[in-house]
Amino acid sequence: MEFAELIKTPRADNVVLHCPFHMAVEGTLCLTGHHLIFSSRRQDNAEELWLLHSNIDSIEKRFVGSLGTIIIKCKDLRIIQLDIPGMEECLNIASSIEALSTLDSVTLMYPFFYRPMFEVLEDGWSSFLLEQEFELLSSVTNEWRLSCVNKEFSVCPSYPPVVIVPKSVDDEALRKVALFRQGGRFPVLSYYHKKNGMAMLRSSQPLTGTNGRRCKEDEKLVNATLRSGRRGFVIDTRPLPVAQQARAKGGGFEQEVHYPQWRRIHKYIERFNILQESFIKLVEACNDQSHNMDRWLSKLEASNWLTHIKELLTAACLAAQCIDREGASVLVHGSEGTDSTLQVTSLAQIILDPRCRTIRGFEALVVREWLQAGHPFQQRCAQSAYSNSKQKWEAPVFLLFLECVWQIHRQFPCSFEFNEQFLLMLFEHAYASQFGTFLGNNENERAKLKLPQKTMSLWSWVNRPEELCRFQNPLYEANSLVIWPSVAPQSLQLWEGVFLRWNRPSKFLEEAEEERINIIKYNKELQAKVNALRRQLAEMETDEEGREE
Amino acid sequence: MEHIRMPKVENVRLLDRLSSRRAVVGTLYLTATHVIFVENGSETRKETWVLHSQISSIEKQATTATGCPLLIRCKNFQVIQLVIPQERDCHDVYISLIRLARPVKYEELYCFSFNPKLDKEEREQGWKLVDLNEEYNRMGVPNNYWQISDVNRDYGVCDSYPTEVYVPKSATAHIIVGSSKFRSRRRFPALSYYCKGNNASICRSSQPLSGFSARCLEDEQMLQAIRKANPGSDFIYVVDTRPKLNAMANRAAGKGYENEDNYSNIKFQFIGIENIHVMRNSLQKMLEVCELKSPSMSDFLWGLENSGWLKHIKAIMDAGIFIAKAVAEEGVSVLVHCSDGWDRTAQVCSVASLLLDPYYRTMKGFMVLIEKDWVSFGHKFNHRYGNLDGDPKEISPVIDQFIECVWQLMEQFPCAFEFNERFLIHIQHHIYSCQFGNFLCNSQKERRELKIKERTYSLWAHLWKNRADYLNPLYRSDHSQTQGTLHPQIAPCNFLYKFWSGMYNRFEKGLHPRQSVTDYLMAVKEETQQLEEELEVLQERLANLQKSQSGNNKVKSKQQDRSKQFGLYTSNNSLANTPQEYSNDLKSFPSRSPSQGDEDSALILTQDNLKSSDPDLSANSDQESGVEDLSCRSPSGGGCLPSEDSGKDSDEAVFLAG
Repeated sequence: MEFAELIKTPRADNVVLHCPFHMAVEGTLCLTGHHLIFSSRRQDNAEELWLLHSNIDSIEKRFVGSLGTIIIKCKDLRIIQLDIPGMEECLNIASSIEALSTLDSVTLMYPFFYRPMFEVLEDGWSSFLLEQEFELLSSVTNEWRLSCVNKEFSVCPSYPPVVIVPKSVDDEALRKVALFRQGGRFPVLSYYHKKNGMAMLRSSQPLTGTNGRRCKEDEKLVNATLRSGRRGFVIDTRPLPVAQQARAKGGGFEQEVHYPQWRRIHKYIERFNILQESFIKLVEACNDQSHNMDRWLSKLEASNWLTHIKELLTAACLAAQCIDREGASVLVHGSEGTDSTLQVTSLAQIILDPRCRTIRGFEALVVREWLQAGHPFQQRCAQSAYSNSKQKWEAPVFLLFLECVWQIHRQFPCSFEFNEQFLLMLFEHAYASQFGTFLGNNENERAKLKLPQKTMSLWSWVNRPEELCRFQNPLYEANSLVIWPSVAPQSLQLWEGVFLRWNRPSKFLEEAEEERINIIKYNKELQAKVNALRRQLAEMETDEEGREE
Repeated sequence: MEHIRMPKVENVRLLDRLSSRRAVVGTLYLTATHVIFVENGSETRKETWVLHSQISSIEKQATTATGCPLLIRCKNFQVIQLVIPQERDCHDVYISLIRLARPVKYEELYCFSFNPKLDKEEREQGWKLVDLNEEYNRMGVPNNYWQISDVNRDYGVCDSYPTEVYVPKSATAHIIVGSSKFRSRRRFPALSYYCKGNNASICRSSQPLSGFSARCLEDEQMLQAIRKANPGSDFIYVVDTRPKLNAMANRAAGKGYENEDNYSNIKFQFIGIENIHVMRNSLQKMLEVCELKSPSMSDFLWGLENSGWLKHIKAIMDAGIFIAKAVAEEGVSVLVHCSDGWDRTAQVCSVASLLLDPYYRTMKGFMVLIEKDWVSFGHKFNHRYGNLDGDPKEISPVIDQFIECVWQLMEQFPCAFEFNERFLIHIQHHIYSCQFGNFLCNSQKERRELKIKERTYSLWAHLWKNRADYLNPLYRSDHSQTQGTLHPQIAPCNFLYKFWSGMYNRFEKGLHPRQSVTDYLMAVKEETQQLEEELEVLQERLANLQKSQSGNNKVKSKQQDRSKQFGLYTSNNSLANTPQEYSNDLKSFPSRSPSQGDEDSALILTQDNLKSSDPDLSANSDQESGVEDLSCRSPSGGGCLPSEDSGKDSDEAVFLAG
């Protein structure tokens, strides 16, 4: 398909761009296959706006006489308005944007066309391999092994080709367990707590059905992670009634009789369609220009967004508490094991593992617990809060995870190597990107699309020193401890960086960040100077002593 | 002290509000000035000190098997729950505290016995730190338009005004006195802030006694005079900070507001800030939300909305923004009043001044601002903050709201203020503590009669001495945010008015960020300063050495050990190492009802459960309690107040009482 066919009016002049907190700018609008480009034609200070079509969530058009207005709402929640003279031009442009922003074939997406202008120092596609992860694990324990049972994606289509499982369980058993778990998602190692050797596993629900089917291999697998005489906890992310109802559809939960060493805790984490509604309501509230405080608070409350944050953090803290404080292994699952399960396991690791609070470690966590673990990014992030299509598989699952990280970050501002911008960047790229990292729903699809060969990895770009420096937290000091956040409502705040990002003037907050950076930078420079002088003096003084003798 | 029935009670339990498991046993002392709880056993013997003047309510609850619970709520938002073994002891403590918390004479207040061990001269110096004459000069008055008036020199015109007030030059004594007779409590229009740049000013007064049709020529002339003092503008704004309905109701009582037809060249404007009773109830409701045991997010947000607190904060801020805009952008003078002109008017004038003039955003300037708009103009500190026993309906968190407005602005403009959050919290604390004389009484007249300056100490000197604790590391006097007028956003979608947990849940440390960016940056800056000094020394030595070497001089410089180790980054990570009671939440998680009859019942991980079923777990929970118990730090225990706050003479007090 030629993009040109979709672009009837590639260019319009005398277009006026309106953005909140900016003066309206007049300029030229151009449409290309993947971008909407606006350029003010001022010689002195040309302003340019490049917007990926894939970032466009919805578009509205209005006419007053022959002046058309297009309102573009983006997946990163930004809203811009373009006034386009000429009804025909306006209609053409609107329909082109509509078509280009809703391409149905993945291979037409920008990552397949993007050619990086930077030198690739490290190929991000091979930066975070499970094999490396396993090597680290092997240095502290030999109770685990790498299994290639899913090499062809035949045992579990949403799992990566290699997974880490207890050593005592062979591939044959894994195949049987896979048949007992929804979507073949048998329990695998998510995190190993070096401090006490406890493990966190994740899976999907067991297919017990109404007649209480059991699977000996499954029981053996999860029991293999327990220390003798110790108990484990199953954290089921569904409330009990939902888990019970699931039995009617062939699903279910671990019955105590068959898993006597495990105690089950039901934590309720909302499912995706509820989350999506919540997301839409919250963004509506944030775009309400009314000055009414009561209205704002009641809309915020009605969106339930912060409730989800609180529930999610509580579940993650509980998982972490079981592992670190109760000295127990934990198995986490909901139904499919691709959404709330991953939220809980990845957040628990942020709490427990200092490595996950570094930039590199956090990237590894996203790769391991989200991309490789088969969170269906393409489905979940197909549309954002402005979409009208009520597809039931869209949901801000990953955004909620990022916001929870932000909440913990806010409570421990010196314990993370990365800053808020880093989290924002990941949010943006999950929804629209020039990189192939978040395309596809699992490793299987990514392999079929040949993404590593045909697209650039986000990590190849992010991990270049030029980019990294933008994402570093100047206050970072490695903190090797477990960090326990407060989940009280008083301790949680709306993530303004995302939800008020385009509505609030950011200047003063940016200036504050700049000050913080400068204070630290100046300190480090001085330290270096003082050290150098000390050395120089020491040398000169020894010289002098030498001469004296 | 005759009011102390029971100076000491042993085996008292101090409960943690969030968790009954974290109770500690100790001894309770009642002294002439403080309630003191000293923990038994632990090596540190941690102490909790509460000034009597901080106590806002004492509640004796129904006796239980373990004893008689006593709940003490404080004006600085601390909540203390004690369990006293004997009902009789509890009753005695209760009766004693009721009396002690409600002194009837100023002389009973702490500031008259508080002795920071300063000599007379130091005390006088302390009182001189904030000088309003200097401040008016700084503003640029007296000048061609404004002069100081001595019409109130013996408080003859208005007993709640200061002796020295600035009025327009063209306002004669006759006009002032005439105007004062037409204003509630004779609070005539006087200068609050003068803008040197464009001659616009903010004046303040009380409501006119206009009723339905009354007029007063002198009052009209007074407003004319204010307008003429700003030759660049042909009208003035008259801002009535009350809701229109309230102002109209006042007309029936012979009070009311200015009729635009009677006053030439005024633009009249209502800004609906609610009265002190509404505000008192609003705070009460919000505090109830803060005290909820483990609220859900909805409970909390709904309660916050229902309290209306943030709406009121926003109303005050909006009024300040309106006035600042009129003065800075339109160059128009503003006369502000409410009913009596000592609550809402003080709030709004001070918010506007703060927005307009960067000086008030410095530490010294902020002290001056409170002294100018609150203390000198007769804000009724004694009545509003219940220093002496009085009418509970007079109590209202008026200045608390102003302080919160400042905090909200600090959130929006992080580099604009020289001081930090702690500074605001400590000022709030001392408005209620009565440890310093600044905020005693209801007016300057009363303070002079009581000889406050001779008999008590000034808070400002105390804060100034410890100013290093109160600095905002992001503040630079040459930063753009510290210049000119601040223009805050007003819509909730552009700027989030936030719940201030640092204030209202101040004593529940577990709710706050565990690492303080401010403290971290201050430590870095301190280190930077040391490095700068060291750098200078090193460079000097290097120069000397080079000189000596080139001159072949054999004088050997002694190797100084300047290699300090800077172990400054003391972000308190021990705090981080304690889980909260996530299981508290667990209690509310859906459990299976027995009727469902499945033996595979869901596990509810309550602490009790854990304790009974697994000894390991209860050991863990003890471990938890060891670290987190910060909710009742005594000020002297290195909590967030400087040690003087509890009075270093505290030991004496204990024995006195004994």
